[in-house]
Amino acid sequence: MMLSKGLKRKREEEREKEALAVDSWWLDPSLPAVAQAPPAVASSSLLDLSVLKLHHSLRQSEPDLRHLVLVVNTLRRIQASMAPEPTLPPVPSPPAAPCVADNLLASSDAALSASMASLLEDLSHIEGLSQAPQPLVDEGPPSGRPTGGSPPSLGALDLLGPATGCLLDDELEGLFEDIDTSMYDSELWAPASEGLKPGPEDGPGKEEALELDEAELDYLLDVLVGTQALERPPGPGR
Amino acid sequence: MKCFSRYLPYIFRPPNTILSSSCHTEADIISTVEFNHTGELLATGDKGGRVVIFQREQESKNQVHRRGEYNVYSTFQSHEPEFDYLKSLEIEEKINKIRWLPQQNAAYFLLSTNDKTVKLWKVSERDKRPEGYNLKDEEGRLRDPATITTLRVPVLRPMDLMVEATPRRVFANAHTYHINSISVNSDYETYMSADDLRINLWNFEITNQSFNIVDIKPANMEELTEVITAAEFHPHHCNSFVYSSSKGTIRLCDMRASALCDRHSKFFEEPEDPSNRSFFSEIISSISDVKFSHSGRYIMTRDYLTVKVWDLNMENRPIETYQVHDYLRSKLCSLYENDCIFDKFECVWNGSDSVIMTGSYNNFFRMFDRNTKRDVTLEASRENSKPRAILKPRKVCVGGKRRKDEISVDSLDFSKKILHTAWHPSENIIAVAATNNLYIFQDKVN
Repeated sequence: MMLSKGLKRKREEEREKEALAVDSWWLDPSLPAVAQAPPAVASSSLLDLSVLKLHHSLRQSEPDLRHLVLVVNTLRRIQASMAPEPTLPPVPSPPAAPCVADNLLASSDAALSASMASLLEDLSHIEGLSQAPQPLVDEGPPSGRPTGGSPPSLGALDLLGPATGCLLDDELEGLFEDIDTSMYDSELWAPASEGLKPGPEDGPGKEEALELDEAELDYLLDVLVGTQALERPPGPGR
Repeated sequence: MKCFSRYLPYIFRPPNTILSSSCHTEADIISTVEFNHTGELLATGDKGGRVVIFQREQESKNQVHRRGEYNVYSTFQSHEPEFDYLKSLEIEEKINKIRWLPQQNAAYFLLSTNDKTVKLWKVSERDKRPEGYNLKDEEGRLRDPATITTLRVPVLRPMDLMVEATPRRVFANAHTYHINSISVNSDYETYMSADDLRINLWNFEITNQSFNIVDIKPANMEELTEVITAAEFHPHHCNSFVYSSSKGTIRLCDMRASALCDRHSKFFEEPEDPSNRSFFSEIISSISDVKFSHSGRYIMTRDYLTVKVWDLNMENRPIETYQVHDYLRSKLCSLYENDCIFDKFECVWNGSDSVIMTGSYNNFFRMFDRNTKRDVTLEASRENSKPRAILKPRKVCVGGKRRKDEISVDSLDFSKKILHTAWHPSENIIAVAATNNLYIFQDKVN
């Protein structure tokens, strides 16, 4: 659902060349500054860098929203350009990263809203908070207003939910039979429509699923644990 | 193209640190520069929350050469670091923006803001003090009323000039996200403050309430793909304002249309150039500054590689595009890695809207003459600046043979960035902030 929407793979050598072009430029900044045609497929190093930036951004006690949004959008573009390899086990990060990106994005604000909501009740008892709760008028009553993203406790499900179609193979799907994922089956991603390079067509291959082996699922679960850690409100100071 | 001479090598020195070109404290980094409406005053804000105001000296016949130097007029601590107990977050004291109010009496007023709080400061002079109170003696001690046998009228006596800055209003608790812009309305009664997702309208007299006029926060934060990056009121029409986004779009809004201006009156966006498309297209299209021309007919936007001028009457593309440092286009990957691609450069108009100026790296700044289409690259550095010297145009060599005076792209110092500049409202005097140094350049007049 995420990557493999029937994107045509480019000819092997062309892809390799372009991937190299990005990689070698990436590795060796002393190369002369030659204008390059934008590569159709991002190197995995560019993807890793973006994921790293995303995590770093989210780990700030108060993320720079502009930086975050730009990195997430760039990550989606990169991920969209990476064609799947049915024969090879795909890199675990591509499918996880955008889900992670979205969920982390949501959870950062959810945690914010959640902590605000709970502390609001004690507002009158806390001395020193002489400031009128003006911003809350803007926010709307936190309890009534839909918070950004799901509450932390559902984080795990949310991560797996939207990606059900691609993350789980037949064996594992049985584990989650009782979860109704119909609301998540809609197209979450529109990056393919941008078409970084004319050529790859967007097939309607919603059913096309990536196959993961168990090692990659373990990795995903580790990321989830990381997600949970992130959702805990940070202690005082940084 | 006018020649800029460095008439006065004014370099801003932080008062209590030893200044050397290679070492300075973080707090001294200048984060905003702004002339007032007459150009008599120049305000700077820094990362440490301080505001320093310079005043232009009156020209005197005796000292012809001291043609309107700027000297320090007032220094005050505008914002202090704060701690938000609800979120366990530190709020930076860095001054993001300063905007002057037009002068209406002897005092000067300016707005300064950090990430969360806007303050209205009054800067006034005191050169007289009252003497001869009845109930107090000269040291201020109360006199025993029983000892007073006569009454006198206190008189004002001259004293040494004192410039005091007092906070008159504090506009707090209205922004969840980081404030990036403030703009004074032409009605001089209201102003707006914009953060990543919302824009609020304030009345100067009312601090406990503000109106939300733009809100782009999605109900589900997962759907967030765009933030507000800058906002400004129209210079003459008090109902109009523009705001720019991280996707390279500008929206013009009319406050008469509805209370919440989520729907724009005009939408400015240039279609993407397919030949220049890359993974970084969106990041480099993110607008870092938007400024109305003095005439109110045009807006200027700054994105990572270009400055664009838009006609308010044409929404589908800018009327002019100027390349600031196109040689960086092939370096975007490295600039993404070191986060330089996220740097937010500002841009300014000159008084007649004929020249625009913006900063770059290596302490370079660029000027574009809209009429002659000529442009120049200048450098703000101590080595190149001697009193009354003329700034030499600089050139970046992009490949092939490098001439003697040119600098190659790979030698550029990306830590020396000029993000903030200001242009005097009517004269050719410019202020350029290079990290912790402030340079003021004047046009050479024959």
